[in-house]
Amino acid sequence: MTIVVKGGSVVGVSGVEKVDVLVDNDIIVKVGKNLTGDIALDATGCHIFPGFVDLHAHLREPGREDTETIETASRAGAKGGYTALIAMPNTNPAHDSVTVIEFVREQGRKAGLLDVFPSGCITMGRQGEALAPLAELSAAGVRIFTDDGSGVQDPVLMGRAMQYAKSLGITMAQHCEVSALTQGAVMNECGCSSDMGVPGWPAIAEEMMVQRDIEMSRITGASVHFLHLSTARSVELVRAAKSEGLNVTAEVTPHHLSLTQELLTTFDPIYKVNPPLRSMTDIKALKSGLLDGTIDAVATDHAPHARRDKELSLDQAPPGMIGLETALGVVLSAVDLDPVQIAAVMSRNPARIAQITDNHGCNIEVGDTANLCVVDLDAMWQVNPAKLASKSKNTPFVGRQLRGMVRSTMYRGQITVQDGEAQK
Amino acid sequence: MSSAPQSAVAVMSGPDVTRAISRIAHEIVERNHGVENVVLVGLQRGGTWIADALGERISSIEPNFAVPVGSLDPTMYRDDIGLRPVVAGSASHIPCDITGATVVLIDDVLYTGRTVRAALEGLNNFGRPRAVQLAVLVDRGHRELPIRPDYVGKNMPTQTTDEVDVSAEGVVVTSVAGASS
Amino acid sequence: MKHLRSISELGADGLSRILKLTESMAEINTRAVPKVPALRGKTVVSLFFEDSTRTRLSFETAAKRLSAETMNFSVSTSSVNKGESLRDTIETITDMGVDAFVVRHKSVGVPWQISQWTNASIVNAGDGAHQHPTQALVDCFTVREALGRQDLSGLNLTIVGDIKHSRVARSNIQAFSLLGANITLVAPPTLLPLNIEHWPVKVSNDLDAVLASTDVLYMLRLQSERMAQGLVPSLHEYSTRYGLDEKRVVALQSSAVVMHPGPMNRGVEMLIDPSDIPNSLIHRQVTNGVSVRMAVLFDLLSAEELS
Repeated sequence: MTIVVKGGSVVGVSGVEKVDVLVDNDIIVKVGKNLTGDIALDATGCHIFPGFVDLHAHLREPGREDTETIETASRAGAKGGYTALIAMPNTNPAHDSVTVIEFVREQGRKAGLLDVFPSGCITMGRQGEALAPLAELSAAGVRIFTDDGSGVQDPVLMGRAMQYAKSLGITMAQHCEVSALTQGAVMNECGCSSDMGVPGWPAIAEEMMVQRDIEMSRITGASVHFLHLSTARSVELVRAAKSEGLNVTAEVTPHHLSLTQELLTTFDPIYKVNPPLRSMTDIKALKSGLLDGTIDAVATDHAPHARRDKELSLDQAPPGMIGLETALGVVLSAVDLDPVQIAAVMSRNPARIAQITDNHGCNIEVGDTANLCVVDLDAMWQVNPAKLASKSKNTPFVGRQLRGMVRSTMYRGQITVQDGEAQK
Repeated sequence: MSSAPQSAVAVMSGPDVTRAISRIAHEIVERNHGVENVVLVGLQRGGTWIADALGERISSIEPNFAVPVGSLDPTMYRDDIGLRPVVAGSASHIPCDITGATVVLIDDVLYTGRTVRAALEGLNNFGRPRAVQLAVLVDRGHRELPIRPDYVGKNMPTQTTDEVDVSAEGVVVTSVAGASS
Repeated sequence: MKHLRSISELGADGLSRILKLTESMAEINTRAVPKVPALRGKTVVSLFFEDSTRTRLSFETAAKRLSAETMNFSVSTSSVNKGESLRDTIETITDMGVDAFVVRHKSVGVPWQISQWTNASIVNAGDGAHQHPTQALVDCFTVREALGRQDLSGLNLTIVGDIKHSRVARSNIQAFSLLGANITLVAPPTLLPLNIEHWPVKVSNDLDAVLASTDVLYMLRLQSERMAQGLVPSLHEYSTRYGLDEKRVVALQSSAVVMHPGPMNRGVEMLIDPSDIPNSLIHRQVTNGVSVRMAVLFDLLSAEELS
């Protein structure tokens, strides 16, 4: 049974072309004008992108299935145009054994809405004391390793992890936070935090670790990916490192491109996130970084939390917001990206970093796996919590006007989302 | 302020007010056979200037006695707190012990009587007067409680929609055209 | 005014209004029976997540003197079920019919958060290091009373101590600057917040240098934990450089007054017995506490239209 994605504009690597895409089973078999197939997926007025790839999503399973499951997160991802997610390892138990890795992968397969690629821990239990079995996990197919939720504090340990990384061809992804400097922090260290009398998260707590890992990458040659960059200086450091040809990449979240620290003066924990929302100056630098390629990818850091947890006091509430379904809308409302750039930061670059280019981040050519999404870049829409597929609704974007809506998503030739509705 | 057409009528002039105060001062002295045990208490905020004026007038009639003049803020004793926004006055100041004295409460306008009721309750906190009398410059009718004045400057039937403004310069009644009582 | 949560939210007009009302309340408190029926039928609930017998009693007394009903929930963090959110607590109590909550919590922002879950008025009795507006009102009232004037323009207020962690400092800086005072903060650099260039204050690390020009010396308590946290090298060094001792009291102008929000840490920031300080307003601060809180409760609960 063939599906023709009809009437849209295909976003290739260097440009956009108004052509149809014919999919047979799970492969693109033809790209051209006026194609026909058994089923037509209408893409009129829309752009056809390679399915988005999220380098950074918290799926909460195993351990906090009350907030999200791999199935509900997959559905949320599909609605956001994603055909692949890298699952973060701070579950309970954590991703530090092959058993857990295979469990997560299997749950993703069962849900059948997108490809779930579990990341592996760098250290056992993410405790930062002893290395996780990196070689074993890598043999089980894991390519991205991180202790996300925390950064690896011990430079000796991190150095060893990087030595492994180099030899195994895996990537160390760092949540850059010198925890000694962020004890009890609730928001960015700034004028507002002093007005509010709350401990602040200084920019330097991120920048010091970015700097450290750049130097270690220099010495070891290891591939290092910086998770959720949030400060102007971090962007400068990565830009300089890249100009020296070092093996580093970086991502930024949609919320760090669009929300400022002043929102914390509402005392609403919905805005509490790690790393925290920062200043306009930081936002400007992050946007420039995304536009000039210093930052390779947008990653959601999708972090579901139960409603009662976000109703705790500001210092007690856990940090994080969901983001799979709003990622594109928020990014396009904040940054002026053309379709080729969108495809790069939302799909092709993250696919490369995650080492999943076999099936994801494709050029949309004959022979590619049919992982696609159909997007109306001009549609304006508002977030309705009741319609979100995610089990948790902790997003600050309720009521905001977002630009750019995913109409349909195709995962391995199957339509997972059509007209904005999940199909399974 | 209503947006309907309004008409303002000066029902008492400045000199009228001065004469009324003078007359009330004489009545107070006469009724109490002198002012030996009398305390004047003006209700905030409209009655305090009248109490001061009465005190001065009385001291020219009875130069041997300086009548004590105090002020009372009845706000804390009102029965409509929480029903509508309430603005407190200044701190009450009763300059002497009122137990056993004749207190003359003084206000500019007597209307529903609720302010006077609140003031009576407030007075209780300061002592137990032998008697309480009430002096008002204007009685505009529409009593909701069994309160009656002992001394009145002018009786003035009004509509409930009217506004009555009292000052040393005179009394002005502003009516909304076409309203019925 | 629906809530009293911070001085900045109260604003200059609200500040004047409450201070004026306090005069009426202070008069009521001089009477043999200091009670008025103004808030009869209203219920004021104390919700103290952080212990403070003195402040809580001050509010309760204030409520009772206005004839309001009072209820008292002392919720220590250990007894609150970890799973029970603020929302659960508030909604349970609100069902019993509450007109005002007086809330003290160690977390910043709680008075704003709980406003979402109740129609009652919220009085902030202290939220973390953020605000303690009734203390600032007490302090402003006490200074005006002592100096016999309402306009504080040109008055030199010096606040000494752990500014970084002080809600009293933050509220007082806002309140006194609304009244026109010149404010100087004195503390070691580690106890001053960062990024305060926009605050209407001067900053100094040298207490002795500012004493001679100080009209109001406001001492803050230094908690002994600050040394354990490494914020000061030793309590001894702190007291030597920032403590109020006899020598420093003598260095003050004869017209200067001394204040402290209590409780005092003797031997740390106070090295002299308060009763030995001429022009100490510490006792007046305590006495005025009830009058101020009566004014606050009356202002909040009398302004409401019945819904």
